[in-house]
Amino acid sequence: MNKQSVIVKNLSKSYNNKVALNNISFEVKKGELFGFIGPDGAGKTTLFRILATLLIPDEGSAIVESFDVIRDYKSIRKIVGYMPGRFSLYQDLSVEENLKFFATIFGTTIKENYELIKDIYVQIEPFKNRIAGKLSGGMKQKLALSCALIHRPKVLFLDEPTTGVDAVSRKEFWEMLKKLNEKGISIIVSTPYMDEARSCNRVALINNGEILSIDTPENIIMQNDQDILAVKTNDLYKLILDLRSYEKTDTAFLFGEYVHLCPIKPFKDLVLLEEYLQSKQHHDIIIKKIKPGIEDCFMKLMKRSI
Amino acid sequence: MRTIIYILRKEFRQLFRDKVMSRVIFILPILQLFVLAYAATFEIKKINLYVVDLDKSVSSRELINKFQGSSFFILVDQSGSYHLAEDKLKSGKADQILHIPNKFEKDLNKFSFAKVQVVTDAIDGNTALLMNAYALSIIQDYNKDLIVEEMPIIQQADPININHSYWFNPELNYITYMVPGILVLLVTIIGMFLSSMNIVKEKENGTIEQINVTPIRKYQFITGKLLPFWIVGLVELAIGLTLAWIAFNIPILGSIWLIFLVAGVYMLVVLGFGLIISTTANTQQQAMFIAWFFLMIFILMSGLFTPVESMPEWAQIVNYANPIAYFIKVMRMVMLKGSGFNDIAEQFFALLTYAVFALSVAVWRYRKTA
Repeated sequence: MNKQSVIVKNLSKSYNNKVALNNISFEVKKGELFGFIGPDGAGKTTLFRILATLLIPDEGSAIVESFDVIRDYKSIRKIVGYMPGRFSLYQDLSVEENLKFFATIFGTTIKENYELIKDIYVQIEPFKNRIAGKLSGGMKQKLALSCALIHRPKVLFLDEPTTGVDAVSRKEFWEMLKKLNEKGISIIVSTPYMDEARSCNRVALINNGEILSIDTPENIIMQNDQDILAVKTNDLYKLILDLRSYEKTDTAFLFGEYVHLCPIKPFKDLVLLEEYLQSKQHHDIIIKKIKPGIEDCFMKLMKRSI
Repeated sequence: MRTIIYILRKEFRQLFRDKVMSRVIFILPILQLFVLAYAATFEIKKINLYVVDLDKSVSSRELINKFQGSSFFILVDQSGSYHLAEDKLKSGKADQILHIPNKFEKDLNKFSFAKVQVVTDAIDGNTALLMNAYALSIIQDYNKDLIVEEMPIIQQADPININHSYWFNPELNYITYMVPGILVLLVTIIGMFLSSMNIVKEKENGTIEQINVTPIRKYQFITGKLLPFWIVGLVELAIGLTLAWIAFNIPILGSIWLIFLVAGVYMLVVLGFGLIISTTANTQQQAMFIAWFFLMIFILMSGLFTPVESMPEWAQIVNYANPIAYFIKVMRMVMLKGSGFNDIAEQFFALLTYAVFALSVAVWRYRKTA
């Protein structure tokens, strides 16, 4: 029995000479929760559309549950659940009608698979007669997920499911994904939010159509295990510019109210940096050593790939 | 099968949930039927007549009385100056001048032979012909021995007496003539717009993405999209025919089933056309404009407002590709003449071929992968 849910080899896709995916290869194991992390325009949606058989790649192959996305697209459509980034259910049909419609199209009924979607559906069931267009962002996502699950798919493709959803709903949504994952459904999810990466079994960092790194979130952080510095002064904008022109700086990015500074070599002493900043007329200087997060790793990998 | 039924239910649900659209679909066509049936007529009533009577005799007054007695003419003014009359004609206050020279009565009595002049504003050729014909018939009626001199068309008093008898529409009632054609327009407009907008709407809302990843079959999807509007179209036609019968007293001499048989095929042509537009356009706006463009050409060339026979030859050839022209002809033949299937077989098979062609292209154009 094949242990891989998705196998992608040397996949490329361009739109009018603009490269969206450049020679991408990766594998997703069965029952894995696999995340694609990358900024807008990284090629995530193109990849998902190819996997969901909506787009034909220029080169390379993609196998989903041992079906080829080009040759066996009909079989794939029966066993995958796809949730596009944009809310794509009928806004003028009610919650229940939408769910029933998709169940019927897949040749099943709500009753048959209720157990699978129960945890999610109970949260929107009080509004089952409300039309989908009048639901809140979080409820829309829950409905879309229910519809994507109604035929008990083996693989779920979720393209930026949490974009435009409030922080609480996002957290709930990831809890639901984990539960589904425990039931044996392979889940491939993309997100621009770095903090969500921690919930995945493995993540792929993707930028400009290329995969920068694939590993567990812990390993990605460990590989770049190097103390970084959080720096704050009275003038943040000037601080970024000054830090970037500092000879010992590898990368410097703004995270909230701090600038995360990744040095080329670890600093032995922070005094030199402080003196440098003072010489640039900064006041209220705070410098802290912190553990890198996945964001820091991403920024570092991204800078290297350029 | 279950899938198709559920898609149908979904389409109808969406259609009737949209309060504005469901009203538009059923109320506007009825309004349109009434407005067009009364407004789109070629009959000319109330011709503004200016009389220049230089004779002022009993005979001339009798002639003028004849005109006044006709329901077609309104005497706007009367004077002895031809120049004044011409001014009225130029300013559009009069449509026609009746010019009676002096010695009219005298000549009539002396030589049993006299002249009158009729001048007609011929900006609109069709109207001018009709006005002329009306004026001539009144003058001829007054005295068959009168020689009429009229402008711009010269016509001798006819030595042969012609009596007309109009078949299938004996009173030359324009409503009888127009309504079958207008009914065709109604179902065409509704069918074309609904079907051309539908898939585009799914594209705009992104719902087509979600549909495309399901195992739904092409034929199921297309059937689900066509059948609701096919049904709506035929229901509209039924309502229209009932109204035509009740409100306009238009008989249906032929078989009602024959009308619906042809209408069923015709709706497939219209919907197929709409679907082709739908698969080509990316926004509802684009679909709207493309649909309008074809509708305008088809309607204006259909023979509803101007007879196809009087169009130039190339236009008549183009009309072989005009489904509206076929269906209007069938409607008029079956409703007014009582034609049977054999009489309309040519049109029927033309429409059938068209339907197969339009639907094949539509199915071929609709692909589930981008």
